[in-house]
Amino acid sequence: MSSPALWLAIVAMGLITYGLRVSMIILFGRVAMPEVLRRALRFVPPAVLAAIVLPELLIPGGRFALPPDNARLVAGVVAAGVAWWTRNVFLTIGTGMALLWVLQLILRS
Amino acid sequence: MPLPERHSAARELRAGMTAVLPLLIGVAPFGLIYGVLARGTGLPVAMAQAMSLLVFAGASQFLAVGLIGTGAPWPILLLTTVIINLRHLLYSASLAPHMRPLRPLWKWVLAFLTVDEVYALAISRYQRPPAGATGEVHWYYLGAGITLWASWQSSTAIGIYLGAKVPAAWGLDFTLALTFIGLLMPALTDRPSRTAAATAGIVAVLGWSLPLKLGLVLAAASGIVAGMLVERGFAAARTAGGTSPES
Repeated sequence: MSSPALWLAIVAMGLITYGLRVSMIILFGRVAMPEVLRRALRFVPPAVLAAIVLPELLIPGGRFALPPDNARLVAGVVAAGVAWWTRNVFLTIGTGMALLWVLQLILRS
Repeated sequence: MPLPERHSAARELRAGMTAVLPLLIGVAPFGLIYGVLARGTGLPVAMAQAMSLLVFAGASQFLAVGLIGTGAPWPILLLTTVIINLRHLLYSASLAPHMRPLRPLWKWVLAFLTVDEVYALAISRYQRPPAGATGEVHWYYLGAGITLWASWQSSTAIGIYLGAKVPAAWGLDFTLALTFIGLLMPALTDRPSRTAAATAGIVAVLGWSLPLKLGLVLAAASGIVAGMLVERGFAAARTAGGTSPES
């Protein structure tokens, strides 16, 4: 793509993303939300977050892998345990990264 | 405006800024890596930063940089943007009832700041506001949003500046997955929500190789339906006079 075309594409990407973010807030500021939709939306956080997380753990670097070839899965599962018990994102990330580095060192040697 | 109200607004703003801080150790390295990658594909500095300023969506920016690097045409670029960001329609709809009383300007500004992490913080604050904060949660939302936005801009800038000096072996990109794990676990409050997460996760893995990241959309939809079915099963069991199932 040429430079002006790239600029246009970036602006269009921004408009698309913003449109998706603002649309329902505006729409349901004006009309009532159907009951079915209201019940469905409770499941948005668990469903979307899990759909992002699980492939990151099971398909790291674009290839399906299990331990011992998958340090991220081990680190991620332990981090999930930390998150569950402590509800502390800081500890979750710290434990996960520390474990990933240790496992990488062990697996490499 | 009476003084107590103003105080609780300021408190909510500060609470939002504080709540987002631990998430920044996941977000900042991701912004850094985005900057590095963008420069690696030859995207000019101004464009790389403009994408963070205007699009402000990590996953979408990563994909876009990858696509631009492979010389993909713009319709593919825009279509991918729509599909990967479709989840924002869900976020938008789920926040909408809580944001109804807000003035339009608030809605326009807060919508712009609603990335995954800010959504997760805002919706859980709206669902369980602390005593005295009801009606002021938009300040919390704003505090979290601008803090994350500023950190995304600065970490992107640092990444662009550093270029290829951040070794891939550090695995810094993993911090983002860990951030999402930290947000996911507290959202698993009962059996329907756990079913929604398990279903969505499995479908996302199975559909991972689908083009344009369609797997994510499919996974989110399956998870939501599964959660609703389990919830309905519970309701039916209760009205049938059975003891309510353990969640």
